[in-house]
Amino acid sequence: MNPALSVIFFTTASGAGYGMLVTLGLAALLGQLPQHLWFSLVTMVVALGLITAGLLSSTFHLGHPERAWRAFSQWRSSWLSREGIMAVATYMPALGFGLAWAFPNLITVPQGIVGVGAALFALGTIYTTAMIYRSLKPIHQWHNKHVVGCYLVLGVMTGAVFVLALSSLFGQRIVYLTPICGLLLAAGLSVKWLYWAFIDSTTASSTPASAVGLSGPNVKVTSVEWPHTEANYVMKEMGFQVARKHATRLRQIAIWAGFLLPAIALETSILLPADLGTWLTIPAALVMAIGIVAERWLFFAQAKHTVTLYYGAGTA
Amino acid sequence: MTSLPAKTDKKLGLVIDLDTCVGCQACVTNCKEWNTSGHMAPLTDLMAYGAEADGVWFNRVHTYEVAGHEACGASSSRTMHFPRSCLHCEKPDCVTVCPTGASYKRASDGIVLVNEDLCIGCKLCSWACPYGAREFDVFEGVMKKCTLCVDRIYNENLAEEDRVPACVLTCPTSARHFGDLGDPNSDVSKLVKARGGADLMPELGYQPTNKYLPPRARKDTAAAMPAPELKPIATDGLLGWVDRLLSR
Repeated sequence: MNPALSVIFFTTASGAGYGMLVTLGLAALLGQLPQHLWFSLVTMVVALGLITAGLLSSTFHLGHPERAWRAFSQWRSSWLSREGIMAVATYMPALGFGLAWAFPNLITVPQGIVGVGAALFALGTIYTTAMIYRSLKPIHQWHNKHVVGCYLVLGVMTGAVFVLALSSLFGQRIVYLTPICGLLLAAGLSVKWLYWAFIDSTTASSTPASAVGLSGPNVKVTSVEWPHTEANYVMKEMGFQVARKHATRLRQIAIWAGFLLPAIALETSILLPADLGTWLTIPAALVMAIGIVAERWLFFAQAKHTVTLYYGAGTA
Repeated sequence: MTSLPAKTDKKLGLVIDLDTCVGCQACVTNCKEWNTSGHMAPLTDLMAYGAEADGVWFNRVHTYEVAGHEACGASSSRTMHFPRSCLHCEKPDCVTVCPTGASYKRASDGIVLVNEDLCIGCKLCSWACPYGAREFDVFEGVMKKCTLCVDRIYNENLAEEDRVPACVLTCPTSARHFGDLGDPNSDVSKLVKARGGADLMPELGYQPTNKYLPPRARKDTAAAMPAPELKPIATDGLLGWVDRLLSR
């Protein structure tokens, strides 16, 4: 599948923003949220900014962005429609939580309650995003049980590390957040590793023979001529091919930058003196962001659509 | 509404004979001809005469080499031309994924259509189609697809014999057939039964309405020729003498 930058940015940025809401909401529930005006304001602006920038970016690839409001109508059948509704609905508890956190004297709603509400809506939105991909039967690398787990864990993981970095920036501390981020990085690498093992060892059940309706144990179908000399929409959108060499290298970048280096940095930050160690969390978050973008690029680039079987692919 | 109808009154669709299709592209051409001014018009072409020609087509004919099939005889392979277009599936995920209600399947005849006025051009339906039947019009910003010539088959301004999809009407080898595949007594249903018509990628569960007839089994020996052996036309007289002379 064509790795469109708008969709990569949307899924990574809004995933991290929703992950921040999950982290902050749970911290509020446990009474561990530092009450600091600038920390709360900047953190909420970053979280909602990532979400909003991601959502706006996802509308850039639409043919008719001015009609985007229509996408809220088909929630009965469409995961994309459900995602749109969840994304907008999450703003309400998220804004309520942000105000209750930043201005506890003005807004006296219990932070824990609205925080959990925001966290649940955020998780629900990540889930609906993942289900858009999970539900597409023609794409074996998406239509499998690993995809939803990867999106949920990576969303919460990136969000938690971002919150950690911002808390360091403002000299605030959320108890146990550093080891929790370490655990989330380990969990993220684990689910992604299982996903990669799955897509490396399996292929779609459809074959070049089943694509043209022929069956039999020895049937071999080979493409000898295409219907068109130049790439058409179907080829450009769904026939993207990533060189194996680049895929291997990008996966290494995703593993190291997305998970291992941030985990090592967080481990080191615990061992270092507090004021020195906390600064390490900021480069850790930035490196992780690069790694997760590489991971998401691969998620699209390595997804093979069954239509490629019509154009000479041996497997999908 | 992108929820699917529980049942359609008819299942209009195509039956395509892979034995007789010669890959002449006439169906492709007549499809473009009709539909570029039809229900989904225009079928935009970009750089039509340039180096990177691109455009919207509802029908694409591939060519394959098939081996290991009864159609190939004992040890050889054969060429198979393969027209690919919307199959008007009974379980079309392209419809259910649509977030706006632009895509729909008609309860009356099962035809899958796009309402271009509602389409936001998110392209998700084209991802959800295993067969690559939908093509995005980058110029109009909306998704386009085969309409089964909905503007021909019910069109009372056309002569009755012309009320079939443009691709069917034009096929010079009669490899394309149109009818109600929900009626077991229709000509197309009988043809599918007689020739073992198959679904494309049945494992994905889209339940395509269109069926493809596999190429017929090829015989390894030529048919016996009933013409009698040639015999000498004369054995005596002048012609007999010439025959003997020349045969010497």
